[in-house]
Amino acid sequence: MTILQVMFILISLITLGGGLYTVTAKNLFHAALGLILSLAGVACLYGLLEASFLAGAQVLIYIGAIAILIIFAVMLTRGVMGAFPRANEQWSYAVIVSLALLAVLLVTLFRFSWPQGAPAAVPTDSIARLGQALVDPGQYALPFEVASVLLVAALIGSIYVARDKK
Amino acid sequence: MLQDFAFVGIFIVVAIALAGGPLLLAWLLRPAKPNPIKSSTYECGVETYGDAWVQFKVQYYIYALVFVLFDIESVFLFPWAVIYNQLPLFAVLEMVLFILILTGALVYAWRKGDLEWV
Amino acid sequence: MNVINDPFTWIAGLLINWLSTFMPADGVNITMAVLRAASLGIFALVMFMVMTWIERKGVARIQNRIGPNLAGPWGLFQPLADGVKALTKEDITPDHADRIVYNIAPILSAAAAMIVFAAIPFGPGLIGTDMNIGIFYILAVSGMGVLAILLAGWSSNNKYALLGGFRVVAQLVSYEVPHVLSIAAPVMLAGSMSLIDIVNKQPVWYIFVLPASAVIVMLSGMAEVGRSPFDLLDAESEIIAGHHIEYSGMKFALFFLAEYVHAFAVCCIVTALFLGGWRGPNIAGVTVPWLWFWIKTILLFNIMVWARGTLPRLRIDQLMAFNWKFLVPLSLANLIVVPLADRLAQGLGLAQGSWPWALVMLAFNVAMIVVAFSLVGAPGRRARMAAEAPAEAPTESHGESGNGEEHGLTHGADAGHAPAAVGVH
Repeated sequence: MTILQVMFILISLITLGGGLYTVTAKNLFHAALGLILSLAGVACLYGLLEASFLAGAQVLIYIGAIAILIIFAVMLTRGVMGAFPRANEQWSYAVIVSLALLAVLLVTLFRFSWPQGAPAAVPTDSIARLGQALVDPGQYALPFEVASVLLVAALIGSIYVARDKK
Repeated sequence: MLQDFAFVGIFIVVAIALAGGPLLLAWLLRPAKPNPIKSSTYECGVETYGDAWVQFKVQYYIYALVFVLFDIESVFLFPWAVIYNQLPLFAVLEMVLFILILTGALVYAWRKGDLEWV
Repeated sequence: MNVINDPFTWIAGLLINWLSTFMPADGVNITMAVLRAASLGIFALVMFMVMTWIERKGVARIQNRIGPNLAGPWGLFQPLADGVKALTKEDITPDHADRIVYNIAPILSAAAAMIVFAAIPFGPGLIGTDMNIGIFYILAVSGMGVLAILLAGWSSNNKYALLGGFRVVAQLVSYEVPHVLSIAAPVMLAGSMSLIDIVNKQPVWYIFVLPASAVIVMLSGMAEVGRSPFDLLDAESEIIAGHHIEYSGMKFALFFLAEYVHAFAVCCIVTALFLGGWRGPNIAGVTVPWLWFWIKTILLFNIMVWARGTLPRLRIDQLMAFNWKFLVPLSLANLIVVPLADRLAQGLGLAQGSWPWALVMLAFNVAMIVVAFSLVGAPGRRARMAAEAPAEAPTESHGESGNGEEHGLTHGADAGHAPAAVGVH
């Protein structure tokens, strides 16, 4: 077992543990904290894959912005510290769908022929290539501009929904 | 690159130890005489009044929302900035267009009064 | 490379030689990494002590008093005395506080402030580790510090702490926008996010090329840390000290430490990005890059202390208006003007990094700043003069219009508001 594999297993356990705690915690705020742990685990996984920019972006956006947004949203809807748990009445349907999803994933896992051998080396100028791909008319320039329009639409929509209606 | 992250991991552990060390030392050194009055919640020197419930203003959420928007914009901005020196003028104008579209979002929020701290 | 030029690498070399005699290569690497991390952390702690001393003495002198002078000559041991006090004070945990989160918050805050130093270049080879996402890593880690404040406010089971925590996070999160946007400008010109590359590309310091970005990064950095004049939310006379009301003893000292270490980190970042990092002339024929870096950073910190001692505190709505209605549009305009000006200068045949190019960029930047101030200042000035028209004396209005242009404090949106200072610290 190389050190990389050990690190991978450790980080995956932390990520999954965080995710598990998120869905089982009684206190909503603790669930948000579990989510943050999970997101940090994913950032470490990106780091293991040598995707340094993505790891940084994950921490910057998910933990620095979206986690805060989620906590604000929790506070906005509850307003009470130490939120009380509420059981979901549709939990049976949720169990069925989750088991179906698990079955699909397991089947895919065991039937797909995963590529063997060591992966290719990550180029050192990966961020430059990402930048190039974003603005190259032959690659992702159009999705890049469309993404900005999508962001504006999302902002306008969420501000409209969140605004105090006088 | 993995060595870099290994160093960051080591540094996180060391930083937590350096931050937790004084805490441990303080725990050993300090007096501990709790009593109900000292442990009660502080409220400007009077007895606690009502539940710990806060009138949460939606304005906080809107600021965080606009911040998320600009944060995601920065994720697109930095790779472009890294390769800026090799890009043709067309690519520079593409990014200017991107920024202008997001400025439009800011102008919308501004004109609709969503950026006021009421 | 000799002792004066780079004492740290020299010491590290000695240590590696000594360790290699009885450890395998991997062990030596790991030990050196741990030692590097520990020395960076301890450097942050020592600088914290230096900075609190500079701050207290500096603010005291500005306020025409002496400051601490009892604990050692010139009060130099005052930080040590404060540390001993923090260690021995009783730690009162409020009832029903969420124990785990309550204890994690100060540690997370202090740790997040310290690990920023992994990517800051103190000299040509003096860096924790040269990541290719240098400045991006620093921004990401600062976001974690913001989260720690939210945890602190929530776990104290005190509605004032919670309210204070939300307001601080709203302020921090708002000021991160111009911070991030303006940091993209030097990254653009240098073509790399690694701070060592950015310093290497500065034969002409970027503060002359990108003055608007430098000022915005410095201002929003000050606001990010929560220092005057942006410290409404955790000042002692305001909403009872905000998110750390219920913290006492060492935990409070950790929050205090996190604030100062973060302030120092912001100064280091601005030095590396805009002031040419470790570049400086040789002293007596020896290059001392680490000394120049430290001098520039301390100079920037003194500017922060100066701002704290002289400027009145901004009110929360003035704070937000200043950010969203002035800094963010200015940084967006900066992001548009800088690449276009750069392309124009290169189209004119000027090489990047040369003084003529720098002058062209400076001209465009100054033009942008002048336009920004006139757009912002004019409506505010008109509104204020209209509001003061009945009680106007000719000398009075002349004095007022002179003041309106200096700060971005008056805005069209605040028409009719006299920008009353809440309190001078």
